[in-house]
Order: sequence, then structure tokens, then C-alpha cells
Amino acid sequence: MANSKKRIPTNHIVGFLLSLVMTIVAAWAALQSDLPVMWIIIGIMALAVLQAGVQLFMFMHVTESASGNGHVPWNMMFHGFALAAIVVAGSLFTMSFGFSHDHGDNGGNEQHHEQHQEESGY
Amino acid sequence: MNIKALLVDGDPLIYGAMVSIGLVTVAILFLLTYFKKWGWLWREWLTTVDHKKIGIMYILSALVMLFRGGMDAMMMRVQLAFPDLGFLDSQHYNEIFTTHGTIMIIFMAMPFLIGLMNIIVPLQIGARDFAFPYLNALSFWAFFMGAMLFNISFVIGGSPDAGWTSYTPLSGAAMSPGPGQNFYLMGLQLSGIGTLATGINLMVTILKMRAPGMKLFHMPIFTWSTLVTSFIIVFAFPILTIALALLTIDRIFGSQFFTLTGEGLPMMWANLFWMWGHPEVYIVILPAFGIFSEVIATFAKKRLFGYSAMVWSMIIIALLSFLVWVHHFFTMGAGAFVNSVFSVSTMLIAVPTGVKIFNWLATLYKSKIEFSVAMLWALAFIPSFILGGVTGVMLGMAAADFQFHNSYFLIAHFHYVLIAGTVFACFAGLVYWYPKMFGHKMNERIGKWAFWFFVIGFHVCFFPQYFLGLDGMPRRLFITNVVEWLPLNVISTVGAFGMGIGFAIFVYNVYYSYRHSERETTGDSWNGNGRTLEWATTTPVPYYNFATVPHVDEIDPYVRMKKEGKTTFDEPNVKPIHMPSYTGRPFIMMAFLGLASFGLVFEWIWLAIVGLIGGIIFMILRTYDYDEGYYVSVEEIKRTERKARGL
Repeated sequence: MANSKKRIPTNHIVGFLLSLVMTIVAAWAALQSDLPVMWIIIGIMALAVLQAGVQLFMFMHVTESASGNGHVPWNMMFHGFALAAIVVAGSLFTMSFGFSHDHGDNGGNEQHHEQHQEESGY
Repeated sequence: MNIKALLVDGDPLIYGAMVSIGLVTVAILFLLTYFKKWGWLWREWLTTVDHKKIGIMYILSALVMLFRGGMDAMMMRVQLAFPDLGFLDSQHYNEIFTTHGTIMIIFMAMPFLIGLMNIIVPLQIGARDFAFPYLNALSFWAFFMGAMLFNISFVIGGSPDAGWTSYTPLSGAAMSPGPGQNFYLMGLQLSGIGTLATGINLMVTILKMRAPGMKLFHMPIFTWSTLVTSFIIVFAFPILTIALALLTIDRIFGSQFFTLTGEGLPMMWANLFWMWGHPEVYIVILPAFGIFSEVIATFAKKRLFGYSAMVWSMIIIALLSFLVWVHHFFTMGAGAFVNSVFSVSTMLIAVPTGVKIFNWLATLYKSKIEFSVAMLWALAFIPSFILGGVTGVMLGMAAADFQFHNSYFLIAHFHYVLIAGTVFACFAGLVYWYPKMFGHKMNERIGKWAFWFFVIGFHVCFFPQYFLGLDGMPRRLFITNVVEWLPLNVISTVGAFGMGIGFAIFVYNVYYSYRHSERETTGDSWNGNGRTLEWATTTPVPYYNFATVPHVDEIDPYVRMKKEGKTTFDEPNVKPIHMPSYTGRPFIMMAFLGLASFGLVFEWIWLAIVGLIGGIIFMILRTYDYDEGYYVSVEEIKRTERKARGL
């Protein structure tokens, strides 16, 4: 709103096109390419990090200077990372502790249950 | 796709509902046309960006949803008290408990509280509107379209029937084919967008738009509770959004995130759902705590005892709320160590909550209590909520939870915290701020009748359910003709109807007060006991809220302002006020997205695409929107204020 005279937001348009290109490349790598799975995963990860960078620097306020209450974007990102850590670590903790993932042929759940009771008997 | 295949048939209750929906729609259309109110509806409500009007629309919608959810509840209670009557069949019963839970949490409790926040928070911090008024209108219409989409499910296509938790694999495409679960997913997704945007909006408003001099620790406690709640919303709702999106992709496009086949992980849904779901219960209880704090301080005529402790306990509750989600599925069998960790973190929450209870009691201690209706709701809250809280700690013990899990003990517990906490707070807050919203109070005598019917009905309804649970009655059960359970079930049903009567009296009171209540002449409605800035404005509140915003450097600034004879109309210092323009675009954009969601519910991809394109066109239009609002002239402000203050 401050500089409404500038009618063409160059930064945003470039960022938008970059995002589209990276999304298409990721989709192509997953659906059409013959790359080995490991390379596809690494490639998508790398593209995701770049994508996040585009979002943060070209659309959001990371480049903003610190205001009265410290650097707000970094504060919020810190909280975001803390929450992401809780979601990922927490899910791994609750969903895998005491379970095995060897997809045995005989008995599925029963087997898990027995195994889990043995493991948790400390 | 003919229309007969879409409509639900075969049940007289649903035919009745269809007829009444049709009649009400025709009646509304007729009245709007007959009284030539279409223009008024569009200009004053559908296009508004005024936080006070949006708040009123939120509260109205929430009351309608409370009626809908309450009807569901009473139908369930009739079935449980007379299991041999054949009142509901099992499918209908499943649909009703699912919609009851979903509607009460997502479409009643949250919009009611968000409505109160909408109206009150800008007034408490001396702001003229939200930070993003356009976005605020967008949020409301997102919620409204989501709620309507969810509500038409019982006549078109069939309601969701997998419980409000919508656990997979039951809610997956294999076990719940048809549009039912899609209604749940799309309705929540759409209204979730609105909630998330409101969280951001309120956070920015509170952080950036406080009156000059007002530090965070000068803010009224309700504003503090809103700020903490906004943080929880912003961090918890994305988890729900993702979980809903994954399940939608599962159901509509055939992926395997939560399925039993194809390496899916059904329990991951429960995990993600409660990672959002537990913070969610604090989203609906912290604002309630804020409302009770305001009401108790006002009618005890004292400053709130332990203000800083109150604030810090809310912050600690918010942090802990992200660390306890597993207590909702201790019986998944994750192992003793996992359950112990979450058992301990759950019990920790009782500590800051206890701090708050003692602070309320200390505020009441040796004060001259005025037993107004709002205060009665707050006083009834304390003992009732403690009953819910103590049984919550019992449920938090992982070993004992294997007994309580999925029984009526749990049902009684969460109704004790959600009704005694959130619903009592909604009533208390509505009664307390009613004069600010509508320019007259609700009748106190009728209000007390509503209060006593509702509170006694509540205890009669839910206290027996603790014992039903201990007697082994499981939740979500359709046939309950076990002789030992029957007497308590009948008592419980009587209580439910008591609550229904209480609500009916409350609604009648809205009408009665509109006709007969004295109109307010001052802004400080409660015998001059107002302590915070919302009471410093005139009633009805001018659309720009404050002619001049006072300088604030303490808690409860209005107390000293009154002593020093200051008002929010400092005539020599009035300057033109910048206000946002009304716009119909948020409504239209969300109508398009509602259409897209409706298309996805029936998996009509072409309709979804049409709706999405419409939505995107309005988003593009928004990026070229250079309307920067308008200025209210000094003369107009002076004229308005002089008239309102009788100068």
C-alpha cells in the first residue's frame, strides 16, 4: 500500500515463475524421469529448499530489518521450526516406538502386539 | 446425476427437516422482498468489513449452529432413553453424533468466541478495526460457506458418519464410500482457511495496533487470551489443513496415506488429528478464561488478582498444549514409555490451570459481588469446570485410561470442560458485552431463568454420565437397553431437555430485550464498573470506534480516565480518521470456493475447477485492488460524538 505507484511487482512475478518452474521440474522428476529413486528424492529435497528460499526472500519479509520487538520474521520462523520438530520427532516417537515394521506374513497385528509387550517390559 | 439420487430419503425425520428448510428459505426470501431489504442486506452486511458487524454475524451463525447441534443432541438423548422405541436407526444415529460433535466444536464454539473477539478486541486495545479488514470479511465468509456446506449434508448426499474425529481407515474411501465424509473434509477445510486467517489477523492487530503507550502487559486479559489463542491457531491449524488435504487426496484421487492397503498408516490420521485437536481444545477454552476474568473483575469491582500470573499461566498452557496429544489415543498401544511421557505432560497442564482457578477465587475474596446474569455464568463455571478438570487428570493417567477410554466417563468429562468452560463463557460474554453490541441490555430476570434451567439441566444431564461410564457404557452406542444403564440414561435425557429449555428462554430473551429493554445512554453499561477501554466509547459504538485514542500506561486504564474526567472524545485533538471501504468481493470469492468444495464433495471435478477458477479470478482482482479506504472528516466525527454524548 505504501508505494502503490509501482504497479508491476517485478519481484513477485519472477518469484512466481521460478516457483512454477521448480514445481514442474519436481513433478517431471517424480513422474517421467528415469533417475534412480535416491536421486529423485535428493532432487526434490533440494528443490523444496530452493522453493522455500524463493518464498521467504521474494514474497515474505525475511529481508525486513529488526523492529521494536527484535527481528519478527526470524522469531516466527524459529517458532515454526520448533513446531515442525515437534510434529516430526513426536510422530516418529509415538508412531514407531514399540512397533516393528517388518510386515511379517503371519498374523500382522497380533505379532506386533506380542513383540511390543516384550520390548516394553523394562 | 439426477436430483432424486442426491436427496436423502426414507426417513420421516429427514423429510420433516427438508420441508422445514424449504419453508424457512421461502420465508426469508419472501420477507426480504416484501420489506425491500435486499439492498440493506447487501450494503450493510454482505459487503461489510466492519469488525463489529462481522462479529455479530459470527455470533448469529454460532447461535444457529448451537440450535442445530442441540437438536442433534436431544435426538440422541431420546434414542438413549427409549432404546426400544426405534426413534433412530443406527445409520441415522451415527450421522447425528458425528454432526453434533463437528458442529459444536468447529461451527459453534470457535465462531462464537471469534465473534466476541472480533467485536471486543479492537475496542479493548483502542484500534479502529482489524489490521486487515478485507481479510476479516474473507475469514467470516469462508467459515460461513464451510458451515453451510457441512449442514446441507443431511438432506443432500448424506451426512458424515465416522465420528467428529473421522478416524481412518473407517473414514477412508474403502469403508465410507459416497459423499458423506467428503462433506466433513471440505467443510472443515474451507472454514479452517477462515480460522487460520483470523488467527493471523488478530495476532497482527494486537501486536501492531494497540493504543499509544499500551505495552503487552497493560492489555486487558481477554485481549491477552486472544493473542495466545491466535498463536495456537497459527501453529496448530496448518496440521489440520494438511491432514484433511491428505485424506481428501486419499478419498478423491486414490492415494494411500491412511489406507490399510498400499503401505498406508491409518493411525497417522489419529496422530495428526490430535496434534491439531489438542491445541484446538485450548483454542476454545483460553478465550473463555479471558471472558470469565473480565466478567469476574467487573462484578467483583476489583482489579483481577494476579494479572501477570494469569498471563503466564495462559502462555504455559499454550506451550504445553502442543505436547500432550497422545493422551487421546493411549490405547493405540504405543508402549509404556511413550504413554508415560504424555501422561506426565498432561498432568502438568493442571498446574497453570489451577493457578488460574485460585486467582479467580482470590479476585472474588472479600469483594462485593454483584450477582448479574453474566456473573452468575462465571460463578457457575468455577465449580463445574473443576469437576471436568479433575476427571481430566483421571483420564490423563495412562493406566487408568485403558478403563475410561471410549466410555461415557470420557463423554461426561469433555462436556463438563467444554460446556462449563466454553458455552458458559459464550453466554457470559454475550450477556456482558450485549449492550456494547446492540445498545440495550438483555433482560436480567429472564436471563436468570435461562441460566438456572441451563445450569441445572447441564448437571442433571452430564453428572450421571460419569457413572454410566464407570458402569461400562461405551460412547457412540446406538442400542443401550441394558437394565443397569436405563435409569441414569433417562435422568440424563431429562437434563438435556432442561438445557434445551434454557437455550429457548435465552433466545426468547433476545427478542424480549429488543422490544422492551431500556436503551443505553452511556457507554459504561454496568453501573459504571467498566475497567477497560471498550466501555470508554459511546453506545452504540460509532463505526470508527474512537474519536481520539487515549494514551494508556497501566492495566484497566478506564478506571483512572473516569476519575480524571477524560473520554475518548478529546475535542481539540480530533483528526480525520482513515477507514477501510466496504466491498462485496470477499463474499463472492468465498461463494466460488464454496462451489468448488461442493463439486469436490460429489467428486464432480468440472464443477470444482469452475469454482476454483472463479476464486482465483477474485484473488487476482484483489492484487490489483488499489482502494485505500477513505477519511472521516473532523466535522462528521464531532457531530457524531456530540450527539452520542449529549453535549
